[in-house]
Amino acid sequence: MAGWTVGKKVLATALGMGATGGAGLYVALDESVKADLTLHPPKLPWSHKGPIDSFDHASIRRGYQVYKQVCAACHSLKYIPYRHFVDVFMTEDEAKEEAAEIIVRDGPNDIGEMFDRPGKLTDYLPMPFPNSAAAAYANNGAVPPDLSLMVLARHGGEDYLYHLLNGYCDPPEGVELGEGQHFNPYFPGGAIGMAPPLYTDIIEYEDGTPATQSQLAKDVITFLSWTAMPEHDERKKFGMKAMLVLIPFTALCYYKKRQYWSLLKSGKYVYNPKKY
Amino acid sequence: YKASRFSPLMSVVRHTVITLPTPVNISTWWNFGSLLGVCLAIQIFSGLVLSLHFTAHTDLSFYVVIQSFGDVYYNWWFRALHANGASFFFIGLYLHVARGMYYGSYVFKEVWSVGVVILLLVMASAFLGYVLPWGQMSFWGATVITSLFSALPIIGGDVVIWLWGGFSVDNATLTRFFGLHFLLPFTVAGLAGLHLFFLHDQGSSNPLGVSSDYNKVVFHHYYVLKDLVGVCFFVGPLLGLVYFNPWLLGDPENFIEGNPLVTPHHIQPEWYFLFAYAILRAVPNKLGGVVALAVAVLILLYMPFSPQTAIKGLSFYPWGKALFFSLVGVFILLTWAGAKPVEEPYVVVSQVLSFLYFSYFLLIGPLTRIQDKLL
Repeated sequence: MAGWTVGKKVLATALGMGATGGAGLYVALDESVKADLTLHPPKLPWSHKGPIDSFDHASIRRGYQVYKQVCAACHSLKYIPYRHFVDVFMTEDEAKEEAAEIIVRDGPNDIGEMFDRPGKLTDYLPMPFPNSAAAAYANNGAVPPDLSLMVLARHGGEDYLYHLLNGYCDPPEGVELGEGQHFNPYFPGGAIGMAPPLYTDIIEYEDGTPATQSQLAKDVITFLSWTAMPEHDERKKFGMKAMLVLIPFTALCYYKKRQYWSLLKSGKYVYNPKKY
Repeated sequence: YKASRFSPLMSVVRHTVITLPTPVNISTWWNFGSLLGVCLAIQIFSGLVLSLHFTAHTDLSFYVVIQSFGDVYYNWWFRALHANGASFFFIGLYLHVARGMYYGSYVFKEVWSVGVVILLLVMASAFLGYVLPWGQMSFWGATVITSLFSALPIIGGDVVIWLWGGFSVDNATLTRFFGLHFLLPFTVAGLAGLHLFFLHDQGSSNPLGVSSDYNKVVFHHYYVLKDLVGVCFFVGPLLGLVYFNPWLLGDPENFIEGNPLVTPHHIQPEWYFLFAYAILRAVPNKLGGVVALAVAVLILLYMPFSPQTAIKGLSFYPWGKALFFSLVGVFILLTWAGAKPVEEPYVVVSQVLSFLYFSYFLLIGPLTRIQDKLL
């Protein structure tokens, strides 16, 4: 290769690049055929995604309304107590009123009997079914999962959930669905047991926001982001304060280090050979 | 200085971090020792706080960990710090080992051997700790890795049942894993002290590979400040992750409660074990895979006994350098391959990469000796 002319070297380089590119194209085409049949959800500009962005608390409040009136029929939020609502998207009185709407089995009382009472702030959101067997029986064999951590429990998080809720469509030619199943290209496998849950104006928002399908989805997912990450706002606020201290401290340490080392770094070793 | 005249403890502190003679030319790669000490302290501190609110029971663990986010002040911070601290611990470990391999630090046999034991114990501790939240990946990761011991001839089945404390991964497994996860870091701390003891017996090496005795300075202030700068640059990104994206390096499956009746689509460990996972799955035989997994880490113990070069380290060996950086690339690609499903072309890719990984240790000695002969 050392004795090659420039032309030969250029030709060899071009052939090498062509071969590599061709191999890469072959692999890419081969891989695309092997790709799973799940559609990957595109990224969306969620208002709480940035490093200094908080939740939209009005959206959390609307999202709770969507959950309560649409999702709560099948999906539980078993890790969320009513007291967590206070000072997030409800006042204490509103949260107490909300809790009081449910009936909770409590006891035993002084005579050893179990009794029913209205809910309190310390109670957790009610489960729609007494156990998973009842949930499966009512839903064609599929157990509706708990939604408390759903945003963190799925690849794609909010983007996946949003597109799942809005992505229902007719199955393509050749795709067979079981009885009671629906086609959703974002759901792994394509066949999902849940019917499309959201439609425009399925509920009426308390604050008058137009209840379009995309608005409903956006709000309920913001609510679910909060249930999965209740520490979100405090975490980012704490982070900003930490960076305000850490960055200047790092700069100061670096300066002092350079200052102390300057004596050694500017030193010079000189060899003075002995003159005989 | 006055205190050390009267106190043996202060005398040890003085000789370790104040007046310790240290080579003047050690680079940033020498920062990782102190950084790992900081990581260990962070993990022990955050782990202790988390243990105050943790219950090791299959019915309660997942619930208690999730509940603590909303109910225990700043417990989200300690959990995020502990989880991401583990990742940074392994970043530091791998870079520390890479420094040792590149600059020939393995000639300090005792230091290197204790270091490999520390690496193994930290890996064990991380595995045990990941099981504790009892998510899907916790449960199934524990099932997969503990089941590997069934590959041992004759006694394998009994060993697995003994490890589990029953006939499957269940409550007995979780409680003993919690106990061991609590204990091991203190063992690591003791071994780290031993690691430093052996190191200070001979003194640190330096990037040139020549004797360090010609030019040394006191540790304080020079290296105290340099290590402090290193801590700032290391802890900064760690806190950045903790505050702004705490679950970036985690697996979403672990936010689903562990269920022995539902197997996740892709069972995989955290990123720091993926290279070993890829090597394990590359061998089509169960016992062979387990042996390859163990040898992938234990082969580091061979390095002090590999043929020694005329000049310590690879700084002056271009072929050795090329091979070393190929190993770095192979390690990164093995980490990528470990996250892929067990189907073509990833199986062949893992096998080729595993072969290349082990080839480094076989080739580096002869390659550097050839260059020594050419000089």
